[in-house]
Amino acid sequence: MNDPFLLFDLLLASAVIALAVATLSVRDLFASIVLFVIFGLLSALAWVRLSAPDVALAEAAIGTGVTGALLLKTLHHMRFVTGRLGQDAAESVTPAQPVPAPVIWANAALCGLITLGLAMAFFAAPQAGPGFEALVTDAMPESGVTHPVTAVLLNFRSYDTLMEVVVLLAAVIAVWQIERGLSEAPAPALGEIWHGFARLTLPAIVVVGTYLLWKGSEAPGGAFQSGAVLAAVGLLLLLSRNYVPRPAHRGLARWAFVLGTGVFAAIALLVAGGGREVFEYPAEHAYSLILLIEGLVTISIAVTLAALFHGREPVALAIEEKRHDT
Amino acid sequence: MMLELVATALITLGTVFFIAGTVGLLRFPDIYCRLHALTKADGLGLALIALGLALMADGFGEVFRIILIWFFVALASATSGHLIAAHARRVDRERET
Repeated sequence: MNDPFLLFDLLLASAVIALAVATLSVRDLFASIVLFVIFGLLSALAWVRLSAPDVALAEAAIGTGVTGALLLKTLHHMRFVTGRLGQDAAESVTPAQPVPAPVIWANAALCGLITLGLAMAFFAAPQAGPGFEALVTDAMPESGVTHPVTAVLLNFRSYDTLMEVVVLLAAVIAVWQIERGLSEAPAPALGEIWHGFARLTLPAIVVVGTYLLWKGSEAPGGAFQSGAVLAAVGLLLLLSRNYVPRPAHRGLARWAFVLGTGVFAAIALLVAGGGREVFEYPAEHAYSLILLIEGLVTISIAVTLAALFHGREPVALAIEEKRHDT
Repeated sequence: MMLELVATALITLGTVFFIAGTVGLLRFPDIYCRLHALTKADGLGLALIALGLALMADGFGEVFRIILIWFFVALASATSGHLIAAHARRVDRERET
């Protein structure tokens, strides 16, 4: 017991594994989501212990906050709108139909393959090598920013980051296509206290989200974390019904979805030429370009995540005035 | 030194309240008692820990951030406690009728 944190780390690691097992094995879907959120929070803590605050922030904001909200919204939708689980299941705790065994085995096989691949990659990687730290440190002056993680994500490996933004764009396009025929989930009436809470926290969330974005060039933070935090503004507005999506807003929403990806790709292509490759920002403009990309990508991420939470594309059915008490 | 001692005492006391809240959550019979234990005891525990950490913080910026964290966690915990209780009461009423 040389390290005073050893006991804490062991407890944390076993808690994360235990929560993962509990999340998968519990029958009640709501309990499963709650366990998943706790699992995410403890994973974020584990990332902090591994000295990776960037990943911890992303895990807490996206993996736990936004994903938890999306899962709860989906459960609400399944219980009250599409009727997949039926009204009985909405009251009781077990899913109406157990998952068929072949589905479970197929999922287990696929997850096993992924785990196997990860294990092979881990053992094939050079052990105790120098890693890329020296390379990154050497190239830092050319990156335009002072935070190594941001330099890697937005400059050295910005191709990967562009693909991550594209994944979100593809997700929202798919949701708007698939959910077209579904009716709108009844929004729960949350009452006065909730509205007061939304009024108090909304400005603070805007400040925190913008700060995370601005701070990203020199400290942990950045577009994804900031976008996830700012998406919470959309969630609060949607839940408190201070903002009701209307069909007329579709055009604007579409522009907001593609803004980040479009500008990111355009800048990446435009900097090419004159002896430079695609994605190779000129060093003297790198900071402004990265800030521009990050700012617009943040807007896109926030709007996309909020749209995913709302679910279907707003259509002219004039049912949004209705309030349900469920 | 004195400050450190006071801070340690406050943080220890705060964790005691957290443990008490958790015991209440596990042992109390129904959802309202459990919520009561959780929101009251954890609220006090959080305030004590925040106070203890603020004493050890260097600089006004850190103290300000700790105060902000305390404020928003307390606000969120009170609001979610209220929402859960309101939902539970609604479900109870629906069952009775």
